[in-house]
Amino acid sequence: MHINPRLEEAVVKVLLWLFTLITVFVLFFIIFYILKHGLPVVNYQFLTTDPMDMGKSGGIYTTIIGTIALTLVAILIATPLGIGTAIYLTEYTRENKITKIIRFGSECLAGIPSIIFGLFGFILFVTKLKMGWSILSGSLTLAFMILPTIIRTSEEAIKSVPYNFREVSYSLGSTQWQTVIKVVLPSALPGILTGVILSVGRSIGETAAVIFTAGSALRLPTSLFSSSRTMAVHFYIMAREGISMPNAYGTAAVLIITILIINIVAYRLMHKFIKKYS
Amino acid sequence: MVSSIGGANLRMEVKNLNFYYGRSLALKNINMGIENNKVTAVIGPSGCGKSTFIRILNRMNDIIIGTRVEGEILLDEQNIYDPRVDVVEIRRKIGMVFQKSNPFPKSIFDNIAYGLRINGISNKTEIIDRVEMSLKNSALWDEVKDRLDDNAFELSGGQQQRLCIARALAIEPEVILFDEPCSALDPISTAKIEELINQLKEKYTIAIVTHNMQQAARISDYTGFFLLGELIEFDKTEKIFTNPSQKQTEDYITGRFG
Repeated sequence: MHINPRLEEAVVKVLLWLFTLITVFVLFFIIFYILKHGLPVVNYQFLTTDPMDMGKSGGIYTTIIGTIALTLVAILIATPLGIGTAIYLTEYTRENKITKIIRFGSECLAGIPSIIFGLFGFILFVTKLKMGWSILSGSLTLAFMILPTIIRTSEEAIKSVPYNFREVSYSLGSTQWQTVIKVVLPSALPGILTGVILSVGRSIGETAAVIFTAGSALRLPTSLFSSSRTMAVHFYIMAREGISMPNAYGTAAVLIITILIINIVAYRLMHKFIKKYS
Repeated sequence: MVSSIGGANLRMEVKNLNFYYGRSLALKNINMGIENNKVTAVIGPSGCGKSTFIRILNRMNDIIIGTRVEGEILLDEQNIYDPRVDVVEIRRKIGMVFQKSNPFPKSIFDNIAYGLRINGISNKTEIIDRVEMSLKNSALWDEVKDRLDDNAFELSGGQQQRLCIARALAIEPEVILFDEPCSALDPISTAKIEELINQLKEKYTIAIVTHNMQQAARISDYTGFFLLGELIEFDKTEKIFTNPSQKQTEDYITGRFG
């Protein structure tokens, strides 16, 4: 079928423009809607007082602490594992069957729905290993969930370090490990950091994997073995049980703002990284 | 026919070298000596194997997958491809300056200190002294002494290449390999590097790959002519450029091909 090329271009342009518009509209609608309903209840007091009456009144202080604790521990577990795997895959092996299997496995891990991670964490950490509903169980589960992202972004960052840096380093009599630690990793750091920050964002917003493993206690957590409720879980429970919609929206607003800030920081870092090597 | 050099003062010696990329033979039966405190140049058209050859001399090709070396490369009578030899130690003794200046994204100071630190020197004053000495030896000190903390990328191309030379000098190698060090530089920077190489041969043994025949004629004492993976002729530079014994060498240096 032949149509006028000029007409074709015009139609395509309008269509693509429309698609973009819809995407942007949905994004801004969600942000606007949540902020409009949530921001009125968000103030200093909301952020710094404990929830009362199951969250009907009071603030969200303990859930903020719970979110930070879970995310922090998850990142502390996943980052060394992820970077180590990435270094192994890029620097210490050549492409072969085994690396393909490892990569395929980690890619599959990335595609598993988070509720399955929740179930897995519940069975393994909460019941089998008797950690109970706790920050530790939740963090371990989250760590496995974000591991593929960290591996993937670290791998890309390490691969983008110019080959001649390694060559020079070897020519000066350094070992492979010295080259990795002193030349490759410092150059790859912004890229690796981007992956870590994106993972922080995912951990903060995660609900399904956490509700089964960290529980939903509203008390202030006192140790790794305390059960704790994250902001995302708090929002889910309050909305589902109809406890307090204003407070649910308030929590959502705080969550969205946090994640926006994290994404902006990650984007900036990525930009800086790209600029440095092109 | 390869004319052999009767120099008794050989620092390195290449014996019956064959080199393979996968199954293809890239260098065929190379025999050549590199004399102490002299400049040995390797010339030849693109793809003749001259860069491959010089990278064999400090085992840089080990990093490339699927390469294989046959024959012997001796440094002070010791085969550097002997399985008992520590490759890190070999590269420490045989430094290298690459075609494209390639400083690390670090400060001028840290670029040079890098090699010292990884080789276990942690004494601060010693590092400072040796950085200064290396920069003086590479004729860069006067230009950068007030800006050692600046990023090395802020230097000009010629300065970056002299920084790379300083970086190689800092760990005090015995032999320095230059892989077309001036191919990306303007004539003035090139002249500086050539002058530098001329000074360096008092202390070091130098091998240089160059695309530029005049450069080989200007700075080297011995010249090897490579063609299609073979060493066609190896002799005193003067002889190669005035009275070569091989027809192919003559054709090349008179510009009939290449």
